[in-house]
Amino acid sequence: MAAALPVRASVPAAGQAVKQHATWSPYDDNGGTVVAVAGDDYCVVAASTRMSTGYSILTRNKSKILQLNPKCVIASAGMQADQETLHKVLHSRHVTYQFNHRKPMACPAMAQLLSNTLYYKRFFPYYTFNLCAGLDDEGRGAVYTYDAIGSYERVGYGCQGNGKELVQPVLDNQLKAASPLALPPQQWLSSLPLEQAVDLVKGAFVSAGERDIYTGDDVEILIITKDCIKTDRLELKRD
Amino acid sequence: METAQQGGFSFDLCKRNEFFAAKGVQHPGFTKTGTTIAGLIFKDGVVLGADTRSTAGSTVADKNCEKIHFIAPNIYCCGAGTAADTENVTGMVASQLELHRYATGTQSRVVTAMTLLKGHLFKYQGHVSAALVLGGVDFRGPHLFTVYPHGSTDSLPFATMGSGSLNAMAVFEAGFKDDMSREEAMALVARAIRSGVMNDLGSGSNVDLCIITKDGVEYLRNHEYLQTKTYERQFPQKFASGSVPVVRERVYDIRRAVQVVEGEPMEMEVS
Repeated sequence: MAAALPVRASVPAAGQAVKQHATWSPYDDNGGTVVAVAGDDYCVVAASTRMSTGYSILTRNKSKILQLNPKCVIASAGMQADQETLHKVLHSRHVTYQFNHRKPMACPAMAQLLSNTLYYKRFFPYYTFNLCAGLDDEGRGAVYTYDAIGSYERVGYGCQGNGKELVQPVLDNQLKAASPLALPPQQWLSSLPLEQAVDLVKGAFVSAGERDIYTGDDVEILIITKDCIKTDRLELKRD
Repeated sequence: METAQQGGFSFDLCKRNEFFAAKGVQHPGFTKTGTTIAGLIFKDGVVLGADTRSTAGSTVADKNCEKIHFIAPNIYCCGAGTAADTENVTGMVASQLELHRYATGTQSRVVTAMTLLKGHLFKYQGHVSAALVLGGVDFRGPHLFTVYPHGSTDSLPFATMGSGSLNAMAVFEAGFKDDMSREEAMALVARAIRSGVMNDLGSGSNVDLCIITKDGVEYLRNHEYLQTKTYERQFPQKFASGSVPVVRERVYDIRRAVQVVEGEPMEMEVS
């Protein structure tokens, strides 16, 4: 602990108002959970569609996933206004990239761009908790997890948002994927067949919806394979 | 100078806790029942209703808890706020009224329960966070009260409380009529609670109802069961027998230490 310094009496001079802290916050948490699981030749990305503030539901149908190209998506939980802004920025950067390079941005490049974009606002961060997911240049599933200011890591599966405390341990138990950076190298991609991975994600969301008040209504599921992105949807409890 | 303890809570530790809080120590929270509770008076009595979700922060602590508490055979009380406070305050009043009935040999009155509740809550200046909807039928007829944590009360024909109170009140304001039938009243209260369950994140799961008339009480636990799980795993995780290694095994023969003797059933006085 820091040594106690003598405190100067903070009595305001006559006629001088006391300086007050702002009583409002520019941030709000609009809830939601996002999950991504990478497989040998697929990636499953899912996000709940409830958007809320405090104890109120703002909408039961708000997508949290940005589809940038057929090999890369970004899913964000946290504050809706910042999600929207971040997605707009990334979309615009992606369009510019395509003009310059005449090809869509690869998933690992997008992951780095997202990190840079987040760190650019190091001292007034986007209040978003992101996953970047898709297929890498070899066609393997790729998931990147982030904190709000751009620290990121490639993983075999990831989870962000309000339900992460509930979902992450289940994924740890079922997938047990190590970090791809760990030495000696270990198997870190899920060896589950695609149907089983989707089943696991659905099961995790239903369980999170039971116990987390901010996770509910619907889950939007994107199944990314080399041929296309398929969209699936699952109803959750609406209470 | 020492002063005699007059009963009630000790606030001695408040100063200490403030000191800890200033140093950044986090104190444990309480289970608050973000809640929808409601009640109304109809032709023959009172209908009370409640949801069944209990929350601790953003997690659901209990998916099917009971929020309609017994006060007397003719009086029940819905509770919102801190779970421990609503349970204990209704329990204390129920016990005081039972003793009062033994002393007087008369049925308890709803106003008596209300007065005991507000007296207790006012004494604790809002620190006992119980927000209640109290309803019952006594010889003067049906009564419905709301009791606020600071001890103020209202006598109303229809009332709601809890985080879903606005949702439920919207339904009451739209649908309430004087002298409704029992079925109409039950349907309206259930609809009011359902509105809280669906639209308020602090409320959820099922709808409990309690109908009190001069002829008796009908307590409908889980009157409406709204939603089940929406998905069953197609590839459920199965743990084969032997998945957990047995590290050590020890078998006790309790017959060496315990002697079991067959006995005759005892007569119990029932009167």
